[in-house]
Amino acid sequence: MPHQPTRHAFARLATAFAATLGMTATAHSADPLKVCFLYSNPIGESGWTYQHELARKELVAAMGDKIITKYVENIAEGPDAERVIRNFVQEGCKLVFTPSFGFMEPTLKVARSAPNVIFMNGSGYKTAANVGVYNARYYEGRYIEGVIAGSMSKSGVVGYVGAFPIPEVLQGLNAFTLGLRSVKPQGQVKLIWVNSWYDPGKERDAANALLKLGADTLAYHTSGVAIVNTGEEKGAYTLGYYSDMSTFGPKTNLSSVMQTWGPYYIKVVEDVLAGRWKSDNVLGGLKEGMIHMAPLNQAVPAEVKTRVAALERDIASGKLQVFAGPVVDHEGKERVAAGQVMPGADLDRMNYLVKGVDGMLPKGP
Amino acid sequence: MDATLIASIIGATLVAGTPLIIVALGELVTERSGVLNLGAEGTMAMGALSAFIVNQAIGSAPLAVAAGMAAGVAMSLVFGYLTLTMLANQVASGLALSIFGIGLSAFIGKPYESAAMPMVAPIRIPVLADIPLVGPALFNQQSLVYVSWALVAAVAWFLYRSRAGLVLRAVGESPASAQAVGYAVIPIRYLAVAFGGAMAGVGGAFLSIYYTPLWSQGMVAGRGWIALALVVFATWRPIRVVLGAYLFGGVMISQLFVQGLGLKLEVPAQFLSALPYVATIAVLVLISRNAAAVRLHSPVSLGLPFRADA
Repeated sequence: MPHQPTRHAFARLATAFAATLGMTATAHSADPLKVCFLYSNPIGESGWTYQHELARKELVAAMGDKIITKYVENIAEGPDAERVIRNFVQEGCKLVFTPSFGFMEPTLKVARSAPNVIFMNGSGYKTAANVGVYNARYYEGRYIEGVIAGSMSKSGVVGYVGAFPIPEVLQGLNAFTLGLRSVKPQGQVKLIWVNSWYDPGKERDAANALLKLGADTLAYHTSGVAIVNTGEEKGAYTLGYYSDMSTFGPKTNLSSVMQTWGPYYIKVVEDVLAGRWKSDNVLGGLKEGMIHMAPLNQAVPAEVKTRVAALERDIASGKLQVFAGPVVDHEGKERVAAGQVMPGADLDRMNYLVKGVDGMLPKGP
Repeated sequence: MDATLIASIIGATLVAGTPLIIVALGELVTERSGVLNLGAEGTMAMGALSAFIVNQAIGSAPLAVAAGMAAGVAMSLVFGYLTLTMLANQVASGLALSIFGIGLSAFIGKPYESAAMPMVAPIRIPVLADIPLVGPALFNQQSLVYVSWALVAAVAWFLYRSRAGLVLRAVGESPASAQAVGYAVIPIRYLAVAFGGAMAGVGGAFLSIYYTPLWSQGMVAGRGWIALALVVFATWRPIRVVLGAYLFGGVMISQLFVQGLGLKLEVPAQFLSALPYVATIAVLVLISRNAAAVRLHSPVSLGLPFRADA
């Protein structure tokens, strides 16, 4: 990649840009960096897009008049996205964040014709000279959720509502199960796929079915508000995702894996302003602050809280590896041998359930 | 499977089928008058939002449902004006109404996004709810579930046993003949459209008040389209609409339980998720395979504009 000619052209431009910024204070305040955000969903009050919007606000608070920001929400992944990104470029956006896997191709397409604009695509994997990608190891937080569930569940049977059996969802589910069984070795995860990221009615029906079938604690990988509500109504503990869900279940929501992009976005903008930004494939986790555990519910006893804090430390420092062997799938096949750690490439194409998940096999490659 | 499990599947099936029944019966009456209103999805969204706002403001479920109904009527009258008075294309206007309702509800609903209300307690019917097994499932339900049963009876009676229903069907079959014998085709169609809108509003209110007591953009999640499809596959007959709605709800709920039981079936979960659609269409097409009977029950003038002065 360093040998691509565009890269050199871009480096020159970036240097020139940084030089312009450094010239005088007036030029600096008169010419703030325009940072634009494209969201695939409406912002709402919780969820993936909401967390990116929180990060944008953090960025504005931190950078003051050095930047101006703009966002467009609820844009379908496809031709619509390309049109909006092109508009961003025409309006003078110099840094464009497109946090969605489905925005990867449109971003790359526009980036080819706008070499002096920097693009950051969240959850994609293809980079270019002026396109960086970033993603988080959400499963680190899922493991901790599993430990909390294992510590709080009486029966050791936990219900899990999944959207689609894609690697990211399976990583979270399997990490959760490993965490659960690190506390309760006989713990079971009952799994229901609803085949939808967003259908409160169906999520609620699935949550009720899981409770009826003996689960006393719920976790999910869908939008989830309806599930946290159902838990609160039925007095079952829930573990949340994307955002801090405690407002939806003040008594029963134990904690949530929160996506916190703010510090990373601030770093990216600082790098761009200083002219040292480089295209990269960034993967962060608890260590980098891309995810956090939401404050634990009052119902969680002190010793569990201590344990969670220790886990957060150990995972951040690398002392504890979530997918360390032996990892056995639910058909008894060994996926990671004892003493080994699952390589990143295997994580990226995870397509099985670990032992302890009581659910249906996802089909496919 | 033990008895309580079956009872909870039946109970959840009734809840899942209820919004479909209410919306589909409304649309059935509209279509029987010869008007095709494809705006159910957007009308439900507006009904759900209006009901939620009223419920949050004054905490009264019946008034909230009334607000949902009012919003549904308002939406349908916009449609009625476009198609009945201005003679716009019904398919295009209905689709526009759906998109409009989904967008407008998202816009107005922003401050209410993901807000939640407490669940409304179900109404237990004494004696009947004590019947073993099916009692608690059938007779310990939300009020609108019982209302939907009454609605089925009322619509069936209206269409086939009342004079007004006969007139409505005549208008749907041949508006020109109906007008020739002195019936006011356009006002009758307005009433039918308003009834369909009211029911779509109530169906939406059921979602945001009784099913999942919250407002969130996109919470209707395609139920309006399913209701529209049910009317066609049920060949415009109320009892078959009920059959289709409960079949759909039943297969949907059952597949969730099958997954949760961890049965080792050699089918992908996606197949189970598609099953409610496949099963409902298959059964309704099978029972409606008599072409002559379908022709007999489908409103001949469905979707065609009618000019009273032509």
